[in-house]
Amino acid sequence: MPILNKEEAQALLKKVLSYSKADACEVSLGGSEGGNIRYALNAVSTAGDIGTLGLAVSSTYGKKTGTATINEFDDASLEKVVRRSEELAQLAPPNPEYMPPLGPQTFKDAVTYNEKTAAMTPESRAELVAKSLEVTKAANLSAAGFLENSTDFRAVMNSAGLFAYNKSSDVTFSVTTRNAEGTGSGYAARGFTDVSKLDTYGATKIAAQKATGSVGARAIEPGKYTVILEPTAATYMMENMFRFDARSADEGRSFLSKKGGGTRLGEKLLDEKVTIYSDPFHPELPSGTWSGDGMPLEKTYWFDKGVVKNLSYSRYWAEKKGVKPQPGPSNIIMEGGNMSLEEMIKSTERGILVSRLWYIRMVDPQVLALTGLTRDGTFYIENGKIKFPIKNMRFNESPIIMLNNVEALGKPERAISVESYRSYMIPPMKIRDFTFSSLSDAV
Amino acid sequence: MKRRNFIYLSGVGAGAMMLPNLPAFGTPIDPAEALNQVDARIKKELADVALNTAKSKGASYADIRIGRYLNQAVITRETRVLNVANAESYGVGIRVLVNGCWGFAATNNVTKDGIAKTAERAVAVAKANAKIGGKPVQLAPQKGFGEVSWKTPIEKNAFEVPIKEKVDLLMSVNGAALAGGANFVNSTILAINEQKFFASTDGSYIDQDIHRLYPNFSVTKIDSSKGAFETRAALSSPVGMGYEYLIPSEAEKVQGIVTRYKNRYDMLEDVKNATKNATEKVSSKSVEPGKYDLVLDPSHLWLTIHESVAHPTELDRVLGYEANYAGTSFLSVDKLKSGNFKFGSKNMNIVADRDQKGSLGAVGYDDEGVQPKKFDIVKDGILTNFQTIRDQAHVIGLKESQGCCYAQTWSDVQFQRMPNVSLAPGKAKLSVDDMIKSVEKGIYIVGNGSFSIDQQRYNFQFGGQLFYEIKNGKIVGMLNDVAYQATNQEFWNSCAAVCDESDYRLGGAFNDGKGQPGQSNAVSHGSSTTKFTGVNVINVKRKIG
Repeated sequence: MPILNKEEAQALLKKVLSYSKADACEVSLGGSEGGNIRYALNAVSTAGDIGTLGLAVSSTYGKKTGTATINEFDDASLEKVVRRSEELAQLAPPNPEYMPPLGPQTFKDAVTYNEKTAAMTPESRAELVAKSLEVTKAANLSAAGFLENSTDFRAVMNSAGLFAYNKSSDVTFSVTTRNAEGTGSGYAARGFTDVSKLDTYGATKIAAQKATGSVGARAIEPGKYTVILEPTAATYMMENMFRFDARSADEGRSFLSKKGGGTRLGEKLLDEKVTIYSDPFHPELPSGTWSGDGMPLEKTYWFDKGVVKNLSYSRYWAEKKGVKPQPGPSNIIMEGGNMSLEEMIKSTERGILVSRLWYIRMVDPQVLALTGLTRDGTFYIENGKIKFPIKNMRFNESPIIMLNNVEALGKPERAISVESYRSYMIPPMKIRDFTFSSLSDAV
Repeated sequence: MKRRNFIYLSGVGAGAMMLPNLPAFGTPIDPAEALNQVDARIKKELADVALNTAKSKGASYADIRIGRYLNQAVITRETRVLNVANAESYGVGIRVLVNGCWGFAATNNVTKDGIAKTAERAVAVAKANAKIGGKPVQLAPQKGFGEVSWKTPIEKNAFEVPIKEKVDLLMSVNGAALAGGANFVNSTILAINEQKFFASTDGSYIDQDIHRLYPNFSVTKIDSSKGAFETRAALSSPVGMGYEYLIPSEAEKVQGIVTRYKNRYDMLEDVKNATKNATEKVSSKSVEPGKYDLVLDPSHLWLTIHESVAHPTELDRVLGYEANYAGTSFLSVDKLKSGNFKFGSKNMNIVADRDQKGSLGAVGYDDEGVQPKKFDIVKDGILTNFQTIRDQAHVIGLKESQGCCYAQTWSDVQFQRMPNVSLAPGKAKLSVDDMIKSVEKGIYIVGNGSFSIDQQRYNFQFGGQLFYEIKNGKIVGMLNDVAYQATNQEFWNSCAAVCDESDYRLGGAFNDGKGQPGQSNAVSHGSSTTKFTGVNVINVKRKIG
């Protein structure tokens, strides 16, 4: 079984540590099981089911570290992997940035595991896909989609007394619907810890409405527009800024670097409506309660009312700078407002509703300037109403500039980045002066 | 070689190795293990277990890939080695056709028992999927090749080169950058070895040993008084070669305003130039937007070819199999069948070729046992073909696959991936200098930068590494903040001239992404320097408060 409970993991890791002869030893154990279904043209194209379990041992002499891994768990194999990591450590050069292992830490129990999601099977996945296909077959649309679930556990123990364990489960679903002529396209994506919240029928209905509604798109002039970004679009746009690394800012290689040296910690960089934090215990988007190096994770504000509140400091960089170590974000939640998407549309004199963005790439890391395109449902708004679908457009914009032009925010919801497949809690947002630079004929 | 010398330094930077079963990287191993190959006779015996089990359970066709994927990464920054990682991924992927539907299952239990059970699972998946419906798979015929083998024609196996030698090279590279005034430099060498055994019920037992190498660096120059920084990455490309690629050769250098490289790479020389270039970029002139003639070096143009030609001519994308993720294509089967779809100017000749020496996509056989052939995709500007695999060939009236099937690892199902897709050189003699002389108002672009294209591969925007302004036939200085935007056909119809074969070079990438779950494909794209007229150039400079 690739998923071990806390006691099983602890017992196994203790046994591994008992073989250690090094100055310091750290052992990590991880397993996952899950599966996926991919479909296109209203039929399954591929499906898979896979489980893995692995153990890694890091041994250190002085500042010399070696690591070895194994996926066999008899006593002889466990001792062998420890000896191999020790041999590698003896051969390695000293690491000037080596930090001694952390001692025991206190972690609250995570809320990342859901039994229903963990119990998913190839049959239950197929049922969820069949519900999605019911919609598109009835509407004479073509569906291409992807459903994936996974259950994982991770545990770490070291010779200084640290032990941490976490188990999690997750399911994601996305679907693109297109009409037979290829003139309309819609999209929906959902992600949950608890699979019973996943309504593939309802999500596909929304994608189908967008596909039908986007037929007959008209061209409008590129330029600066007020945009209403649905959470899926806003998520992908903002994902590039969720790296709050103090070291690269201190080194002058980040949008968080200060002119003349240092970081922008404490500066107001965004509109005061923008507050972004991470919280391992958020009920809709929980995360593990410890970082990769075994530090406890707590609710942390990164931007508070537009001000840079915290940066992440590795243990090495924190010591060098004389500050407290701060692990990076384990999840991202952006606070929102009370306006619904409908109210945002109603309050817009002239603007564009964006369902999804695509192929976002960095143009200039200094200001986080990005380029990319709209996709799968772009609509023109006039006098508070959606007037007609419009052709897709390319944008050149920075999320930093965008988050200085916030007019209104809606209620945050869990949304999936269409490229990294990571989930975030992000509100729909109304933004003024969003820069579109050219038209695209792509549907 | 002494084992201790071989593995010297292999344990540094353990942090990144702490994650077990990194999907793209496999399981960390002792580097000495990389030189041991599994005997092909043993693999044949194991393969027969899978094929016989699948047939006995009702498969009309089955194939098995026994894969051993080795990676070695040496990663540094400034004067420090950040990581040396040696990884192995070993396992079996079995694909079966039952009741007209595909099934796939994979295991890392490479025993007769494990393989038999996995073949049964693949059959069960196919039977379950067949119930959902859809058109039955129509598989193009493929003769069996019997027991054959193929190996990348390398001169020096990168896995046999001591890690210390690689570290020494990278430390010299970083040292040269720092001595030249760089504020930050990182450098890497990544070596890949795919040991792949393919067998099918057609009667093929194909053993392949594929090697790839990727040296790279990035130099950053910071002007903290302005709050500005600029970077310049290596002008090398990943290659389908051994470590010989990193042994410099004067004959393989392309001289010009900046030195570029063909079949051998001088990393140390390039980093010195990069440091100068990054410094120049910080104070270079910001581009005036407008229409320009573009002279595109192969170190840049390969990526434009990749995005705007190679991807939209993948038949699975044309048909809609990628619609939920990477998108579809502006091309269609109807446009191909018309025989007169004008993709570009008559200077545009696009060729697919998995046999190019030194290329990333070079193999003897694809991942469904097809021996790839060279074929035209665009001839004199007219669309002539799509890239196909065995279950797609019939859609465009072909009697056999064009050998475009590939899977990232043994645990991923194989599907349609692009071969090397390249722009053929011009037939008339034309040098880069003569091409630049022919330009009144233009920009010469070297190296690839940011890239983005829409989901039907039509509207695109590309940046670059180095931009040189051309005025009245001469390079007059460096530009900054340059990106060009165009629609696909408009761009390729503005293709005015292609330099001759003497300037032909390959570029490429290790990480061409496609599919759900996503898979990476390594592919090269060749061209000579090429001129495009009247292209829309924008200024991408933005400011934050």
